[in-house]
Amino acid sequence: MMRDFHDFIVRHRVAAAIALLLVFPLLMPYEALAINILIFGLYAVGFNLLFGYTGMLSFGHAAFFGVGSYLTGISIVHFNLPWLAAIGVGVAAAALTGLVIGYLSIRTRGIYFSMVTLALGQIVYYAFYKADRWTGGENGLRGIKVEVINLFGLKLDFLNPLTKYYMILVFVAAALWLVSRILNSPFGAIIEAVRENEKRTAACGFDVARTKLLVFVLSAGICGLAGTLRALHLSIVPIDSLHYLQSGQGVMMCLLGGMGTFFGPFIGAAVFLYLEDVITAMTTHWMAVVGVVFIVFVLFFPRGLWGSLLHWFRRTALARQETGK
Amino acid sequence: MMSSTVTATPAPILAVEHVSQRFGNFLALNDVSVSFEAGKLTAIIGPNGAGKSTFFNVVSGAFAPTSGRIRFRGRDITGMAAHQYARVGIAKSFQITNVFKQLSAHENVRVAAQMRSSRFALLRSRGAMTELIDRADMLLARVGLTASRDKHAGDLAHGQQRALEVAMALAAEPVLLLMDEPTAGMSPEETTVMMDLIRSLAAERTVILVEHKMKLVMHLCERLIVLHHGELLAVGTPDAIRNNAEVRRVYLGKN
Repeated sequence: MMRDFHDFIVRHRVAAAIALLLVFPLLMPYEALAINILIFGLYAVGFNLLFGYTGMLSFGHAAFFGVGSYLTGISIVHFNLPWLAAIGVGVAAAALTGLVIGYLSIRTRGIYFSMVTLALGQIVYYAFYKADRWTGGENGLRGIKVEVINLFGLKLDFLNPLTKYYMILVFVAAALWLVSRILNSPFGAIIEAVRENEKRTAACGFDVARTKLLVFVLSAGICGLAGTLRALHLSIVPIDSLHYLQSGQGVMMCLLGGMGTFFGPFIGAAVFLYLEDVITAMTTHWMAVVGVVFIVFVLFFPRGLWGSLLHWFRRTALARQETGK
Repeated sequence: MMSSTVTATPAPILAVEHVSQRFGNFLALNDVSVSFEAGKLTAIIGPNGAGKSTFFNVVSGAFAPTSGRIRFRGRDITGMAAHQYARVGIAKSFQITNVFKQLSAHENVRVAAQMRSSRFALLRSRGAMTELIDRADMLLARVGLTASRDKHAGDLAHGQQRALEVAMALAAEPVLLLMDEPTAGMSPEETTVMMDLIRSLAAERTVILVEHKMKLVMHLCERLIVLHHGELLAVGTPDAIRNNAEVRRVYLGKN
C-alpha cells in the first residue's frame, strides 16, 4: 500500500507538487510566508540541480538569484518594461551570468570550485553595490511597482497576497515541470553519472566539461527565475539578495530536505523558512538555532528529511522483495 | 622508410610509434614502438614497474605521451580528449573499479549505451527509450549480472563490479577494447569466469589487456608484448615468449 503510494508520487511528482502547492497557503499562518517558501523552494530546486544531482557545491549562487532580482527590478524601474518582459530579462541575465561564472569555474573541482564560485559571486555583489545609480547600492532597489497584472484582458490584483501566490505558482510550476523533465531525460542520467564518477563518464564518451557547464547555466537560470519572482513579490531588491549568506541558504535547504531528490529542496526550504518564522518570534538568536539544526542533520540525517524517507521506502521494499521470493 | 615495428601486418588497428613518457626525471616509457593487429587478443605483460600501466594510460588517452604518436586505424589520436575515445570506437575497463556506485547496475549500462544516440537530449524521457533499456539488459545478461539488475552498483561484489565495467565498456560498441588488469583482486572462481568472458569478447573484436599474472595470459592470448624498465623487450606468440631467453631472465627471474 505504502509502496504503491510512493511509486505513484514519484511517477507523478510534478502533479503531486502542484496539487500540494495549490492548497499550501491554507496551511500557512499567513500568505507572505507561503510566497516566500514558494520562491526559495524554487531557488533550492535550482541549486539542487547542480549540488545534489551533479555534485558541484557552488557558493556563488546568490549571484544568479540577485542578478535575476536586480535585472527584473531595473527593467521595470528604469525602463518601464512590462512585468513579463522584465522576468524574461532577469532570467536571461542570470543564465548569462551563469555562463560566465560557470565557464570560469567548472574546470576546478571540490573545494577549489566552491572557492572560485564564492569569489566570482562576491565580485557580482560588489559590482551591484557600487553601481548605486542603477541598483540603489546599500539601500537596495526600490519602487518596483506591479499592482495589476493584465492577463488577456483579465485584470488580476497583484497586491492581493493570495492572487500573488497563485500568479507566482504558475511560474514555479512551469519550472518544476522543466526540472523534472530534465532529470528524467537521458541528459539527466549523464549529470548523475558525472556526480558518481567523472573519469568513467568521460570514458563512456560524454564531454564532462560541457555537461557541467550546461547544468550550471540551467541551475543559474532557475535560481534567477526565483530571484525575479522575489523582486515582484517584495517590490524592492535588497542588496542581501547577492550576499554569500544567500548562497549558503541553498546548501542549508538542500541538506535539510535531502539533496539529489526532487522534493527534498522544496521541503527543506519550507521547513527552514517556517522555523525561521516561528523562532524569530520567540528569540533573536535564530542563527544559533540554524547552527544546531545544521549540525544535527549533517551528523545524524545526512540524507535530509525527504531523503531519509525515500531511503526507508527503498530499504523496506528491497527487504520485502527478498522475503517474498 | 623502414618501419621499426616488430610485426609487419597490412593494417594494424592500433600503432604506437616511438612513444616515450617522462615523469620528471623518471623515464617510464622509452621509445616504444609496437603495432596491434585487428581481431587479435594481445596482452601486455612485464614485472612491476615495467611501464605497463603507463603504457595503458598513454594508449587509452588518460594522458598524452611526452613524445611519439599513437594511431588508431591510421588516424593520429595522440592527445585526443578522453571522451572522444569511446566515440571513435575505443572503450576501456579500468584497473581500479570505476562504476557509478549510487546508480543501479542496469542504469550504469544504460547510461553508457546512450552515448551514440543521446548526449544532450534534455526533454526526452529516458524511460521511453526502450531500445537502450533492452540493450542494457542484454549486456547485463552477457556478463552474468541479470539477477543483480536493480542493485546499486556499489553494493555488488568486487568481481561483479568488474563484470559491470566490462558491460559498460561494451555498451559503447567498441572496435577496440582495452582492459587494465581485468582480474585484479579477483578470487580464482571469479578469475575463471572473467577469462571465459574475455575469450568470448575477443572473438568479436580486438582486445588488448594489461596483465600482471603471466600464467593467465599464456593460455588466453594469441600475442604477448613484454615490457621491461619502460622498454619493449619482446613481442611474439606465447610459445615464443616462453622460450625467449631475455624474457626468462628478467621476468621469470631465471638466470
